[in-house]
Amino acid sequence: MSARYGRGLLHLAAAIDRPGSFDAVSYVELAQLAESGGLDFVTLDDSFARPGPDALAVLSRVAPATRRIGLVPTVTTTHTEPLRVQAAVATLDWASRGRAGWRIDVSTTEGEARLFGRRHAAPAAALWQEADEAAEVAARLWDSWEDGTKLPRPPQGHPVRVVDATDGQARPTAARYADVALVRVADPAQAAAVRGQLRDRAAESGRDPRALRVLVSLLVDLGDGEHAAEPGHGGGGPRPTAQGPLYRGGPVDLAELIAAWHAADVTDGFHLVPVEPRRDLERLVNGTVALLQHRGLFRTFYPGSTLREHLGLARPAHQYAVTGGTS
Amino acid sequence: MTVRRQVRLAVCLPGDGDTAARPDQPSGSPIALASFEQPARTAERGLFDFVLLSEGPRRIDDLDATGRPEPLTVLNALAGVTERLGLAATVPTALTEPYELARRLATLDHLSGGRAAWHVATSADTFTGADLRHDGSADRYGRAAEFVAVARRLWTSWSADGVSRPFAHQGRHFDIAGEFGLPRSPQGHPVVIRAGDSDQDRESAAATADVLLTRHRPPAAGRSVRADVTRRLAAYGRAPEDLKVLAGVTVVLGDTAAEAQERAVEIRRQRITPQRAPQLLGQAWGVDLSGHDPDGPLPETDPVPGPGTAEHRTRRLTLEASGRPAVVGTPETVAAELEAYVREDAADGFVLVPHHTPGGLDEFVDRVVPLLQERGAFRTEYQGATLRSHLGLPDPPWEG
Repeated sequence: MSARYGRGLLHLAAAIDRPGSFDAVSYVELAQLAESGGLDFVTLDDSFARPGPDALAVLSRVAPATRRIGLVPTVTTTHTEPLRVQAAVATLDWASRGRAGWRIDVSTTEGEARLFGRRHAAPAAALWQEADEAAEVAARLWDSWEDGTKLPRPPQGHPVRVVDATDGQARPTAARYADVALVRVADPAQAAAVRGQLRDRAAESGRDPRALRVLVSLLVDLGDGEHAAEPGHGGGGPRPTAQGPLYRGGPVDLAELIAAWHAADVTDGFHLVPVEPRRDLERLVNGTVALLQHRGLFRTFYPGSTLREHLGLARPAHQYAVTGGTS
Repeated sequence: MTVRRQVRLAVCLPGDGDTAARPDQPSGSPIALASFEQPARTAERGLFDFVLLSEGPRRIDDLDATGRPEPLTVLNALAGVTERLGLAATVPTALTEPYELARRLATLDHLSGGRAAWHVATSADTFTGADLRHDGSADRYGRAAEFVAVARRLWTSWSADGVSRPFAHQGRHFDIAGEFGLPRSPQGHPVVIRAGDSDQDRESAAATADVLLTRHRPPAAGRSVRADVTRRLAAYGRAPEDLKVLAGVTVVLGDTAAEAQERAVEIRRQRITPQRAPQLLGQAWGVDLSGHDPDGPLPETDPVPGPGTAEHRTRRLTLEASGRPAVVGTPETVAAELEAYVREDAADGFVLVPHHTPGGLDEFVDRVVPLLQERGAFRTEYQGATLRSHLGLPDPPWEG
């Protein structure tokens, strides 16, 4: 099935989550490190259910301290006002000159519902339906602002939409709206199967399936030196854990794994979540990424300036006709 | 010899006329960071207390409003290009929930090292042009007051040694419980700003705010506002210095008094453009008058009653038509007027509403600030790192 689309360039992203950090420096430092490796984007997760700063705010603070790397905060749509969400995402796109994305997520817990005065959380399917609507509202608004007028669209037209499509409930949203889908799988065949399914569903909903990037999301623990401490683990691939698929080994073996999966065309790239943020991101950038660059498998500089350009995605045309008289 | 009373300075962005003048502006989006970064840097160069961003998104049927930048997102980015300047966002309480907004404000305070402020907008504010439409709540002041109280509670819900403690609030408007996502931020509580000139606005400010924004008035009227606010503060056990009163002013400078007057007239003329005139009239009439001839007679139909009282519409139209009260003169006379206004206790300082950003602000910082400093009425460097320290406000106490 992959032959239908052909193998594209390798895309790499990294999470810069730092539990317990609330100051700007911690996050700026990691984003700059990721940018020095030429990564497509960084993600910062967010949830009302655990301590942590507002992710979109943090990446807005990171924006003027970086120049090229994409900035993708998690934005939940369950307890937030869609208008405010789209305004914040559009503003991040302006503040970063076209490097914004948003990782659309839902708040499923009763605890989160109580923070907003709701007695019970709605079922996940209904929450993803709401997420769909939030994505739709945002797209309509951005398309209602015309290029070159007093209310211009955000620099990328639509900031990049990212959806974690591991959970079956999220897959319809991913297929309809995501520019980038993340899938947490430990096995290459599974990665290929999910990507195939997402592409088929995207095509069914009228999209060009080539405009969807599917990245395998892995936890990475690079604490064991150059090569895997356990023979066969690093080279043998990630293992499922309660937190998600985990790669544990050395940066060199991780580069081998990335190269092999990409060569087999089971994924468009990887989203890597360091277990130990500072240590693992540094080893990832200076070890794994450097090796991939050396082999000519990953960019050594950013040829483009927007996140869409890094991802090889076109700036979307207006999806909706604009009412007359304004152009 | 006593120390001169210090003048407090802040600036409101976008400035007066920016939205009206938008179509005539040269290329460059009003949303682009540069359009905020430049005046923010200028304000910091001028050692201002804070920059205040006016309101962001409002309603879905108001495309103009949805096209505006989201203030807190802009301020987080500005935190990366400034070091000391206070960062104030106008955020209405109508479209948000206390948990979410308290979390975003605490985040800004952490990320900026203690420079966050929140202008609590109820829909009756006229100061920053926040709209006058009804927010759907019959008791908007009551809801806003409870909103602020809940936010303060959340901001200090963690213990001094950084342990999250559960909270529960049950009130008329909000019934929430759980744990807050952030430890106490550098300022303890971000600075709370209220704006307005009604009794209720002053009462709300006296009850909970750190800063009150008011209209600029003649000095005698300013003094009576200040005295009224002091009386109200006492009822809440607060001292006069616990609430800073800042008057909104547009400053027009010229090398001579005559030149300044000429520029003031020209600015007023530019504000009411042929597009703007029917727009303003339409707001007062309650109907869309965008096709109305700006040089023709008044509409033949009567104004349509609707949400937003007629009184408010009349006041708004009058305010717009009369132009924002301006301080007009040479740098010397303007500095003297501002200094005297504060010395006579008509206000603690001013929020400048520049007529053209960034030009108007640059001129003020370059020409008026040094004169205020010469008079010993304005700081020559930032003393502290937080906005509370700039404003001379104490940190809120630890609780529990």
